[in-house]
This record gives sequence, C-alpha cells and structure tokens, in this order.
Amino acid sequence: MDFEYKIEGDDFTNAGAASSAVKKMLNQVGVRPDIIKRTVVALYEAEVNIVVHAYRGTIKIDIDEEKIHIRLEDEGPGIPDIDRAMQKGYSTATPRVREMGFGAGMGLPNMKSNADSLVVTSEVGKGTTVEITNYFN
Amino acid sequence: MEINEIVSLVLGKIVVGEAHKFDKIDRVFASDLMSDVLTVINDKSLMLITGLANLQTIRTCEMSDIKVILFARGKVASEEMLELAKENDMVLIESKYSMYRISGILYQAGLQPVY
Ligand SMILES: Nc1ncnc2c1ncn2[C@@H]1O[C@H](COP(=O)(O)OP(=O)(O)O)[C@@H](O)[C@H]1O
Ligand SMILES: [Mg+2]
Repeated sequence: MDFEYKIEGDDFTNAGAASSAVKKMLNQVGVRPDIIKRTVVALYEAEVNIVVHAYRGTIKIDIDEEKIHIRLEDEGPGIPDIDRAMQKGYSTATPRVREMGFGAGMGLPNMKSNADSLVVTSEVGKGTTVEITNYFN
Repeated sequence: MEINEIVSLVLGKIVVGEAHKFDKIDRVFASDLMSDVLTVINDKSLMLITGLANLQTIRTCEMSDIKVILFARGKVASEEMLELAKENDMVLIESKYSMYRISGILYQAGLQPVY
C-alpha cells in the first residue's frame, strides 16, 4: 500500500493529521499496538519538524507484509550539521514552537529511539529528507 | 482510581468523555513538554496533567495512547480541541488548581507516577 500526504510549514492546526491517519491505517491492518506507537511517535516528531522548521513537504508511506517505510521530504533551510542536530537538547526552535510543546531538541532523538532504522539527509538551502523504517515482527 | 474521584479531588469538571467517568487511572505523568510526553511508556490507563492547552496536546496524547488529560490552572480546551478529543474517544478534565497542587493531591491519594 502506498499513501502520500502534503504538509505545509507553519500550519499548526493540521500538524499531526498525517500521523493520525497513519495510526488509523495501521490499526486497521492489525499491526501490534507497541509497533504502531513507536511508528507514529517517530512520524509525529518528524511531521512537526516539517511544520516548524521547513516551508513545505511530503510524506510518503509504503506498507508491505513485513514493514512500514516512511519518507518525509521537505523544502526548507536544511540541517547544516546532522550529528549535532541528533544530540538531545540541540534546538534552533523559536518561542512559538516551544509554546506548542516542542522545541526541546528531543525530536530527532525520539525518532531514533522509536525507529528500527532512521536515515536523515539534508542539503543546506534546499531541504531535508527523513526516512523511518519499522518492521512488524 | 476512578476518573470521577480524581475530578472531585481537584474540584474539576469533565468537558469531554463523561461516559468514561468510571474508567480507572493507575498512573500519572505531568508535563508541558510534548516531546517528553511522547517518550512515556504507557499501558493505556495513564493520565496526563498539563498546563499546555492546544491542539498538539491532543495530538500528542493520541499518538501516545493517552486517553485522559487533566488541564491545570484554569486552562480551557478550545472548540477544535474538544472535537479532536471526541473523535479519539478521550476524556478531558479542567481544574483551576495548579499542576503542583493537583500532583500533590493525587499523589497523596495514592495515584502512582510513571517514573
Ligand atoms: N526538517 C527540518 N528542517 C530543518 N531543520 C531541521 C529539521 N528537522 C530538524 N531540524 C533541526 O534540528 C534541530 C533539532 O531537531 P529536533 O531534535 O526535532 O528538536 P526541536 O524540533 O525540538 O528543535 C532543530 O532545532 C532544527 O535546527
Ligand atoms: Mg522537533
């Protein structure tokens, strides 16, 4: 199964709508609840990152028998130093983002601990791509 | 502890999910930081106490399988939040007490922390 969602930067109202849809879909196919939770927590942090750090993006979901693969691709400022961004506590978030309950520099570490595989690539001035893979068994 | 017992201890009111008032809560987590809430390991009878009342609070609890949210310090759930909470079959409680006071009362009454 393949699905695609469009994400707009600064759209705080809809932030999380794609993650919510994916959660419902995984419930319907009968994926184990703990794996659903890991997947949607990682996805939600990544989705929020597009909303707060980038201009716009797409989320592509690919589900087969054994795994879910998620590719989040955005147009945005990119991440100059990915290793640094992966560190707990590193954040360039604005006060507005902190008012939403994010911006503590925990998003990428949360993604890492909830994904079987996390790959982040980025080009400064162009955008960022995050790939999350979780296995069902 | 039953939800309605919690509600009366904190002089709160249920604004969504009245039908669940006899459901039981065994553990509580309190935070305004949603990234922190997303790290909590939860067996589904967990309640969140928070001073952050926006749509992301509801979304975060949806992702974390947290069904009950207690808003402290008179924070009010917006119409959009109520809708989203209903859609997810959640319980929202509002209380005028501060997070510290609510936590103290519920801890003393025997509700256990997650960590
Ligand atoms: N999609 C993105 N586009 C641009 N920068 C990003 C993106 N995702 C993360 N970053 C950068 O990495 C930092 C750390 O991200 P994260 O761990 O999610 O923490 P937070 O979002 O709370 O700041 C961000 O503050 C930002 O500088
Ligand atoms: Mg983030």
